[in-house]
Amino acid sequence: MNEDPSALLPEIFLAVAAVVAVLLGSYLPRQRQWPVRLVTALACLAGLVAAVVAWGQDETVFGGSYAIDVATNAGRAIVLAAVLITLGVSAGEFRGAPRESELYVLMLLAALGTVLLTGANDLMLLVAAYLLASIPLYALAGFAKDDTGTEASLKFYLLGALLGIVMLSGATVLFGVGGASGYAPLRESLGGAPVAAVAVGFVGVLGGLLFKVGAVPAHFWVPDVTEGTRPPVAAFLTTVPKIGGVIAAYRLVSSALAVSPVDWALLLAIVAAVTMTLGNLAAFFQQNVRRLLAYSTISQVGYLLMAVAVALRSDLALPSLLLYVAAYAVTNLGAFAVVCALPKTAVIEDYSGLVRHRPGLAIALAVCLLGLVGTPPTGVFVGKLTVFTAAFDGGFAWLVVVAAVNTVASLFYYVRWIAPAARATDVPAAAVVDRWSAGTAYAAATTSVALGPLAGLLLATFGGGLVLM
Amino acid sequence: MLSVVVFLPLVAAVVLFAVPRVPDRFVRWWWLAVAAADFALVIALWVGYPGGDGYAYEVNLRWIPSVSSGYHLGVDGLSLPLVALTAGLFLACAVYSLRQDKRVRSFAALFLFLETVSLGLFVALDLILFFVFFDLSIVGMYFVIAGWGHRDAARAAVKFFLYTFVGSLALLVGFIALYLAASPHTFDIVELTRQMPLAGGGWVAGLVLLALGVGFAIKTPTVPFHTWLPPAHTEAPAAGSAILAGVLLKMGTYGFVRIMMPILPDTWRRYAAVFVVIGVISVLYGAFVALAQRDFKRMIAYTSVNHMGYIILAVGAAGLVADSAAEARQLAVTGAVTQMVSHGLITGALFLLAGVLYDRGGTYDMSRYGGMAASAPRFAGLAAVAAFASLGLPGFSGFIAEFQIFTGSLGATPVATVLAFLGILVTAALFLRAFQRIFLGPARSAEPAADLTVTEGVSIAPLLVLAVVIGVFPRFLLDLIEPASRAVLDLMAR
Repeated sequence: MNEDPSALLPEIFLAVAAVVAVLLGSYLPRQRQWPVRLVTALACLAGLVAAVVAWGQDETVFGGSYAIDVATNAGRAIVLAAVLITLGVSAGEFRGAPRESELYVLMLLAALGTVLLTGANDLMLLVAAYLLASIPLYALAGFAKDDTGTEASLKFYLLGALLGIVMLSGATVLFGVGGASGYAPLRESLGGAPVAAVAVGFVGVLGGLLFKVGAVPAHFWVPDVTEGTRPPVAAFLTTVPKIGGVIAAYRLVSSALAVSPVDWALLLAIVAAVTMTLGNLAAFFQQNVRRLLAYSTISQVGYLLMAVAVALRSDLALPSLLLYVAAYAVTNLGAFAVVCALPKTAVIEDYSGLVRHRPGLAIALAVCLLGLVGTPPTGVFVGKLTVFTAAFDGGFAWLVVVAAVNTVASLFYYVRWIAPAARATDVPAAAVVDRWSAGTAYAAATTSVALGPLAGLLLATFGGGLVLM
Repeated sequence: MLSVVVFLPLVAAVVLFAVPRVPDRFVRWWWLAVAAADFALVIALWVGYPGGDGYAYEVNLRWIPSVSSGYHLGVDGLSLPLVALTAGLFLACAVYSLRQDKRVRSFAALFLFLETVSLGLFVALDLILFFVFFDLSIVGMYFVIAGWGHRDAARAAVKFFLYTFVGSLALLVGFIALYLAASPHTFDIVELTRQMPLAGGGWVAGLVLLALGVGFAIKTPTVPFHTWLPPAHTEAPAAGSAILAGVLLKMGTYGFVRIMMPILPDTWRRYAAVFVVIGVISVLYGAFVALAQRDFKRMIAYTSVNHMGYIILAVGAAGLVADSAAEARQLAVTGAVTQMVSHGLITGALFLLAGVLYDRGGTYDMSRYGGMAASAPRFAGLAAVAAFASLGLPGFSGFIAEFQIFTGSLGATPVATVLAFLGILVTAALFLRAFQRIFLGPARSAEPAADLTVTEGVSIAPLLVLAVVIGVFPRFLLDLIEPASRAVLDLMAR
């Protein structure tokens, strides 16, 4: 039994950084907390290095409860990179804020929970990771202590608590019929278990994960939280938990339920179709840009779940899922970075004439939004292409058609936002610009485009299977 | 070499943005210089082209090996004329835009971007690479229409974007199906052509043909997918319309010849009659609706539907094997490619002339003009040449193209071809009427309209000169196209 703690270096860095950040934050003067930000960034960088070094050594540790394979390492890298980008967008807004260090502590803990979700190879660890990835977020949502934030936080918490219980019940049922909580023994025993019980247990566990990713029917928190909380927090909330959620779902269905009698593939395909369609329809006439982005992230989850649905039916499923989620994280954070860079803008009209006054930000916005549509040659395009191919390959041609139609529909509301920004009117666009966020937006937009030409390399890196043991 | 031709404009566009605060004058001349250099490079490609039916200047690098998609470029007799047309038309637009004064830097950068995209599409030998350029052409043109168009540009741009984007996604679904049908899976056009996946036919092959057909038909556009075209053309700036009609529409018809016919030969043959019917309907519908227009630019837009219809008719007829000699079908395909080049030159010129007209009178409404020939003889002369070229008078490239199309199609589909003949008659009528209204008769405006400026003349005249050169000495072009169209037919006959 492998109990080597060094296999968990990225997780340890995050945990230690959280503790150090708490301590530092309580000793530093309230107005000068940049060392905490530095510690957070260093922990993420160190974790990234550790994840890259660990690449290729597939193993499970601690009694098979935690898998370290390509999905975990990719999940670690994407989460840590996403936290780094979030630091970029939050630096401007929260610099000198009285509770700055708490913000970073909560982010570190949530990131730790998310990373644990990606590697959880055991139902008990999955539930623990779920809780660790959720509870800091409830506090983050209400971080600003204003009315909308408090409301968002409460709504988020209630739904999260409810679905946490559902998830725990599901795990209990699976444990009951499978006689084990580890994915490897469950894979053996669930094959002969009663179908109805496995279905109930699976749906329960999936419910928690759907809450994490913000998919239908557990999506109600997404728009309210995204609109109610501070923009940098919204960027974090709509991006990072999804990385853990989809990878955890992928691991659950392809490891524990690989030989189960339940047709989870069809269920996930339907959830994917409904999620993308509902997200898109709801995004259509949103005026508030953060609400629009919130619904856009819901629809993106639909595309991501397509890859999960064909987990066992296509070799391309895992690499395409990882590529898509990486590209999505960068692109979505880039779009949020533009929103954060213009703190005085809330609705689409505020962006009219942006190209005249802030051409760089207008271009970054157009690149990120068109990237979210899946316009080549951005990373999301290749992700979409490979996800569509995997779904087609897995026998879900109808899902590909639904997704293609949805992509066209999504173009409509993204263009509704790009169009005024691209028009050269003389309406003075929001004058205040947050330089940190603007820089982050440029970097994210560039990365989003660069991921396309680099996709071949990434897909090869993301190749390989999950370990089970 | 090919990569340099394709990406030179893009690099130049990036340079434009990297240099802070450049004067507009510099931007205009920079754009012109880059377009000219690229055109010169294309001429060099043409001169060095070895001939035959294979691909020249091939580049094949790994890009996304996991899905067997590569950076595969190459030109043959089908693509080289279109590459030359693209470079030439963009050069003409660069000259024409020397008088552009509205946000020159972004305008130039967008056109340079579009040039890269268009050139890339015609030399791409990989479906994903093709799709990348196909989609980016939509994005680029969207910003041209939305940013520099007339009154109602925003709506027209969104309509254009959504409509053509639907087509591109239908294409993507079709491409993925082709990829999965091939074994080993690949997106490489050459490899797919060799393998002929879905050769057994069946409903899957039919659906793939439908998806690709819809995708290309929207871009072409044919009836009933043409509704995005008139508003997009009417609202776009003159140079944008010229590129849209001259280059972007060819992406659809090129797709038929490059992708659909060679990769799905037997399915194409089975449904060829559908294309013949759609082609004839497009010819007649485009012509008659154009006849009813009062707006000069809208009228030209509808004649594009008409001219594209001839191409669809020809490629459809080429698929009908019954009772037609191989030579006739080859004539039809050659005519179709010639028509692509010819239409690009002539319509490009017509749209630039429409831009001149708008400049003088502030409207495209033909009833507001009259007697312009008196004060603007050079303008009237060029417009007359363009109109006659467009209606397919002998001595112009349009005649060569349409003559081949009709001769090639007549044996296979006599009724359809005879019906399509009517289209020529109607276009002749509408061009003569438009010319008469605008340039002859009594003048409607108080002050006489100014004649063409030097830059306008220099941008428009060479296009028409080329149309005449092709019309009088077509061999240099046909020698290039014929081996390639023979190769397409050989592939189709499998």
